[in-house]
Amino acid sequence: MSKVTFPRMGESWRAFKLLLEDLGNEVVVPLRPNKRTLDLGVRHSPEFACFPLKILMGTYLEAVEMGAGTIVTSGGVGPCRAGEYAMLHHKILQDLGYDLKMIVFEPPRLYPLNFIKNVRALNKARVSIRGIIDCIKRGWRMLQALDNAEKLSHVVRPREIKRGTTTAVYKKVLDWISGAYTMEQIAEAEAAALEALRSIPQDSSREVLKVGIVGEIYVLLEPASNLEIEETLGDLGVEVERSMFLTGWTRDNTWNETTHGLTIKEAASPYLPELVGGHGRDSIGHTILYSKRGFDGIIQLAPFTCIPEIVARTILPRVSKDYDIPVLTFFLDEQTGKAGMTTRLEAFTDLMRRKKRFQAGAKCLTG
Amino acid sequence: MAVRVGIPRALLFYLYFPMWQAFFNEIGVQVIPSGRTTKSILDDGIREALADVCVPIKLYYGHVMELKGKVDYLFIPRVVCLNGKTVYCPKFLGLPDMIKYSVDNLPPIIDVRMDSRQGRLSLLNAYSEIGRYFGADRITTIRAYLKALGVHYHFRRLLRKGWSPPEAMELLKSPGTGKAGSQTKVNLKFAVLGYPYAIYDSFISVNIVEKLRQLGVMVMTAENIHPALLALQKNCDLPKRLFWTLSDIALKAAHLLFKQGRIDGILHLTAFGCGPDSLLNKLIEMEAKKHRNVPFMTLMIDEHTGEAGMATRLEAFVDMVRRRKEAHLCQK
Ligand code: SF4
Ligand code: SF4
Repeated sequence: MSKVTFPRMGESWRAFKLLLEDLGNEVVVPLRPNKRTLDLGVRHSPEFACFPLKILMGTYLEAVEMGAGTIVTSGGVGPCRAGEYAMLHHKILQDLGYDLKMIVFEPPRLYPLNFIKNVRALNKARVSIRGIIDCIKRGWRMLQALDNAEKLSHVVRPREIKRGTTTAVYKKVLDWISGAYTMEQIAEAEAAALEALRSIPQDSSREVLKVGIVGEIYVLLEPASNLEIEETLGDLGVEVERSMFLTGWTRDNTWNETTHGLTIKEAASPYLPELVGGHGRDSIGHTILYSKRGFDGIIQLAPFTCIPEIVARTILPRVSKDYDIPVLTFFLDEQTGKAGMTTRLEAFTDLMRRKKRFQAGAKCLTG
Repeated sequence: MAVRVGIPRALLFYLYFPMWQAFFNEIGVQVIPSGRTTKSILDDGIREALADVCVPIKLYYGHVMELKGKVDYLFIPRVVCLNGKTVYCPKFLGLPDMIKYSVDNLPPIIDVRMDSRQGRLSLLNAYSEIGRYFGADRITTIRAYLKALGVHYHFRRLLRKGWSPPEAMELLKSPGTGKAGSQTKVNLKFAVLGYPYAIYDSFISVNIVEKLRQLGVMVMTAENIHPALLALQKNCDLPKRLFWTLSDIALKAAHLLFKQGRIDGILHLTAFGCGPDSLLNKLIEMEAKKHRNVPFMTLMIDEHTGEAGMATRLEAFVDMVRRRKEAHLCQK
């Protein structure tokens, strides 16, 4: 039976690995995207393909080298390109002479049969339905634990006294979580992880800026694709809140819209009433919600040539003006360099800090 | 004086202008299209639009700039879906918002949403909404809509007979004037695939159709093929069809023409920075590999495409095809 692999997005692979192994599959864990991944991906993808497609192309090629014969991934119904990715990847791999199996999960609400068929194909251990539900629940719980640890790391990092502590602790606690198996173990590991992060020595008097990160899901979730922007920002004394997490996003898509009092959709609709695919509308909606919550700035991360984010980027300057919140956009591709990014982030942080102090000063004078 | 509505000569202009014009005229509104693309229109577009958008959207911006001081309204519909199945490129879906929030001092924008997946009457309703902007009553708009459909039907029929959209528009204006161009030694027939707004904007396509004709090549495009023949291609052997109407049409046309094998050459004209084309072009290329008997070439256009470079590439391609064909004839 062929080995199974899947797209890599941040640390979520730990949960997917657990789930697939429980169902009796041999798993090839996709590598963290590196220079070679990019080279491979770029070489075998169309020039104007979006950046995530290129990285994933490289990831798959590496997984194939490591013996993977089946790729499990998600589909989609448009209007953006992501829904056609799987098909194009498959075609390109075939064209390169690899005979692979692609298992593509379409949105279960629209295609319930596809979901059942795919689960059956992956259920090699012939786990009962109840057992499958159990496995999914556990995988899901692990995803939540991973997300919670990551969220906390974003809060702690800008306040840490010794630079680098948070990142080191975070790396360690990830292994605790992925080492857990039962529900209880996962909860226990999660608690320990959060505790470890919380007890990092912090400077509570430090002036910390708050930045919301919006944009396209893949470049938000895979730090290797955004050059660890969250870490860089943390080191600059900025607390980040990311608009998307796998657990948050999947819930939106499989259940209902989330509520922040005002939904993201409602917030965005004066500017962009149409769903333009990807997360273009969310980028606008989140920007507005963050600004209402008093954030100091917004960073938009978008893959180069990403259609929905280009639409959003065209409209964002107006939102930025109307809500008086600075917005910085990065279009990412294989040529984006870390040094350049850091310089731009430093300038942006300075700008936010000056604005914040100025406003505080103005308040003192008038109040 | 009648109210003036401006329609940019870009994007869907090339497929729907006659219909839109007929509708507006019926409800007593004057239509002003922008002029043909010029260097200054392109430059305006490049300046106004985000650097990362594709050339056709930049052109759209340019045409909006040209119209904005001259008209009372701008017609920038949000065209989502017109056939009940495929949607338009996401940039079409966000077009009115992009323009509205990034260009200053615009006249009011008519941005009705057209989505035929929302029921049988949804398009009629969209047109009624347009009518309401100008105080036209329901009966008048329905009549205007039917008339517009008639014009559209006529226009499509001209396209199927082999006329290009600009030629067909001329013919609608003054029937009987059309001549099949004074083509001399026609002995080759090429298909140029791509988006109509790229192919027929003679400025941005560096006049590709005319150039080919001068080289003695008859040119056809996907618009000249009967929609039923395209529909027969189903999903072009893919697990799912391409989501976007115009890309889907181009891919189907490519499949059909490669399979028929009667055409002497196929060109795919793709626009720099186009998202859907990154998939479409790859898929057409893969199909071309399976049909080596039909020569294939991809041409990319961007804001800097030069006359000379394009002419050289076209000449070389035509020469190659011609030699191949002659060699074939000799063998027989
Ligand atoms: S959202 Fe952007 S990155 Fe994702 S498929 Fe669409 S264009 Fe590509
Ligand atoms: S289909 Fe391509 S060229 Fe047309 S608007 Fe979309 S991205 Fe631009």
